[in-house]
Amino acid sequence: MSTKFGVIVFPGTWSEGDWLHALTGIMGFDAEYIFHKQTDISNFDCLVIPGGFSYGDYLRPGAIARFSPVMGSIIEFANSGGPVIGSCNGFQILCEAGLLPGALIRNESLEFRCQKQHLIIENNNSPFMAGLNQGEVISLPISHGDGNYFVDDVTLADMEFRGQIALKYCDAEGKIAETVNPNGSVSNIAGVTNELGNVLGLMPHPERVVEQILGGVDGIKILQSVDHFLSRKLLNE
Amino acid sequence: MKFQATIQIMLKESVNDPQGNAVLSGLKALGFENIENVRVGKFVSVQLQATDRSSADAEVNAMCEKLLANTVIESFTYTLEDVTT
Repeated sequence: MSTKFGVIVFPGTWSEGDWLHALTGIMGFDAEYIFHKQTDISNFDCLVIPGGFSYGDYLRPGAIARFSPVMGSIIEFANSGGPVIGSCNGFQILCEAGLLPGALIRNESLEFRCQKQHLIIENNNSPFMAGLNQGEVISLPISHGDGNYFVDDVTLADMEFRGQIALKYCDAEGKIAETVNPNGSVSNIAGVTNELGNVLGLMPHPERVVEQILGGVDGIKILQSVDHFLSRKLLNE
Repeated sequence: MKFQATIQIMLKESVNDPQGNAVLSGLKALGFENIENVRVGKFVSVQLQATDRSSADAEVNAMCEKLLANTVIESFTYTLEDVTT
């Protein structure tokens, strides 16, 4: 029995094809699309909320997608410990849905930023991060206009205490500085998890760096991590 | 009864407003040098049917809390006008 990945597709999602290619074509996993109107997701072991502009980013990025029929099932899945990863618009949707703390606002520069970005692993206590080491520096692309992570000071301190800060923007040596912060995020934050660690939201796109021809393979580390986690879980069941 | 709700949504004071800052520097470049602060928000107009003012008020408050504003980063205010004809 193998594990099954579901890639959620809302109207306006645009990274679902890259995710499916990364999961099936590169990793050889079993994966299929889940349309936003579907509510039965019981045969999936891991959910991916890809990037894009769901519902045209109307009102706020992720605000309308949060009320799609599939979201109730996703929230239930996440709350029962199922691994969920949201990248870019997926991160915004997870925040809007209250599955992750904080919110993503307009980039401080007001520019859409599409570039490679060095990231340091702050905490690896998530199924998606277990194969990476704390302090390790990886490179993933970003591509967003609203990736400026905001959370109030009290919640931030709480998240730091619980190890919920997964990734931070840094330079090639792993130094965290304002000069390498692409969007104005509080504390250079690029990705966070929920308290349990099973829900990860990040602005970068791991699915876009899974073969050398694309300019890097660091995304594979994240996909491998969750696969190992799920395989172990299956063995124990 | 018919009501007109006029809703204003603003980023909280504690949240940096990049759009407001850009507009501020644009206005200064135009010669409006006395400006101290600019914040950009959203304006939403909603017409609704309700049995009375208090139920209309409860409904508008709920739509702001649930969808129109993200209370992590935004605050909202609104006015309600009876427009029954």
